[in-house]
Amino acid sequence: MLTWQLGELAELVQETPKVASLVLKMPDWPGHLAGQHVDVRVTAEDGYQTERSYSIASSPEDPRLAITVERLDDGEVSPYLVGELRIGDKVELRGPIGGWFVWRAADERPLLLVGGGSGVVPLMAMIRHRAAIKSTTPTRLLYSSRSQDDIIYRAELDRLVSRADGLTVAHTLTRMQPTGWKGYARRIDRAMLGEVAWPKVQAPLIYVCGPTPLVESVASVLVEMGYDAGSIKTERFGPTGG
Amino acid sequence: MGFISRGFRGKRRDTASSSRLPPGQYIVTDYPVLSAGPTPHIPLNEWNFVVEGEIDKPKSWSWEEFRKLPTEQVTKDIHCVTKWSKFDTGWTGVSMDTILEGVETAAEFTVQFSYGGYTTNLPLEDLTGGKAWVVFEFDGQPLHPEHGGPARMLVPHLYFWKSAKWIRGIRLVKEDEPGFWETNGYHNYGDPWREQRYWGD
Repeated sequence: MLTWQLGELAELVQETPKVASLVLKMPDWPGHLAGQHVDVRVTAEDGYQTERSYSIASSPEDPRLAITVERLDDGEVSPYLVGELRIGDKVELRGPIGGWFVWRAADERPLLLVGGGSGVVPLMAMIRHRAAIKSTTPTRLLYSSRSQDDIIYRAELDRLVSRADGLTVAHTLTRMQPTGWKGYARRIDRAMLGEVAWPKVQAPLIYVCGPTPLVESVASVLVEMGYDAGSIKTERFGPTGG
Repeated sequence: MGFISRGFRGKRRDTASSSRLPPGQYIVTDYPVLSAGPTPHIPLNEWNFVVEGEIDKPKSWSWEEFRKLPTEQVTKDIHCVTKWSKFDTGWTGVSMDTILEGVETAAEFTVQFSYGGYTTNLPLEDLTGGKAWVVFEFDGQPLHPEHGGPARMLVPHLYFWKSAKWIRGIRLVKEDEPGFWETNGYHNYGDPWREQRYWGD
């Protein structure tokens, strides 16, 4: 039974101009798996309510629960969560939800994580979980952003890569690249996946999360390349409603 | 009413649409896509649809045979457990009443199974009586693979995960067999008006 709980906003981390992480103190959090999400319910004074789902960004080991929210200008809930909410405010949510798009560290297959925009959030929970338990599972993240300023968790990813424990991160910037940019500068395509993905013989476990066109294209290309469709888990983050 | 979200006002909507919107949902005008893995692409000459399980003689249709069945055009509101609802979606397909016509079965439950391996379970009575269709057109156009084409289930009175994409057939069973999402934390029945999203709801 997933009951509604109140969390207290302990910290607000501005990740990019449009994206912020809400770090919440949850008195009765039952724990979660990397990749799961929560439902957030907001209630106006006249009783009007609406709900949205957000991926959990924090590792299961973190005593506080973090969600990362992209502010959609015409959205109803995201401009409230990222803009109106202040430290000490309460947020009503329930979870964790979802038993499919989750990574369990006991699975020793190499990990390929492919994310676009805020689709990186559940993948970050996996990366943080991996770091927190000192897993050395070979892990590659291919992460597509519009510009350098839109990269979520950039400094933390750099820091985690520098631990040299088997995590590598390849960025691609699809709209704008800074001078001297050494990463990819186009949408994720077959050639890019060919360079970044683990060879088929290593039978990687693959998670793809992002906007629908990215997920459709990446998952289809991986199947065409011969990766096992049953080892490709997808989740879509349409910039819808919000 | 207990908790109030300080500072939240929300976008107001007119009462007419509010009464069509199940609790916790919001209206979208585009058509989001949700699925758990890669989109299967099924050539029409390899497609078939079967009814099997608790039935004396399983039934099977090729695409050509299936398209000769009488069709219906329906306009329905659909509700996804991820919170979006879309009003007045237009579909063309074959009613499950047509597909199950003349079928004698001891089954009380069904499992929809799909190309790509997806499954979802329902009581048989939720598929009959003008409540469910196998649809192949959306807004008059062939159903795109990412939305479940060539053909998907449409069971609009329940959350949309109960409408399997890339449908391959229906298995009639005596005992309820929870499907893909039903074994991954989601409600066994999924009535949006009772907000049956997850286990225990």
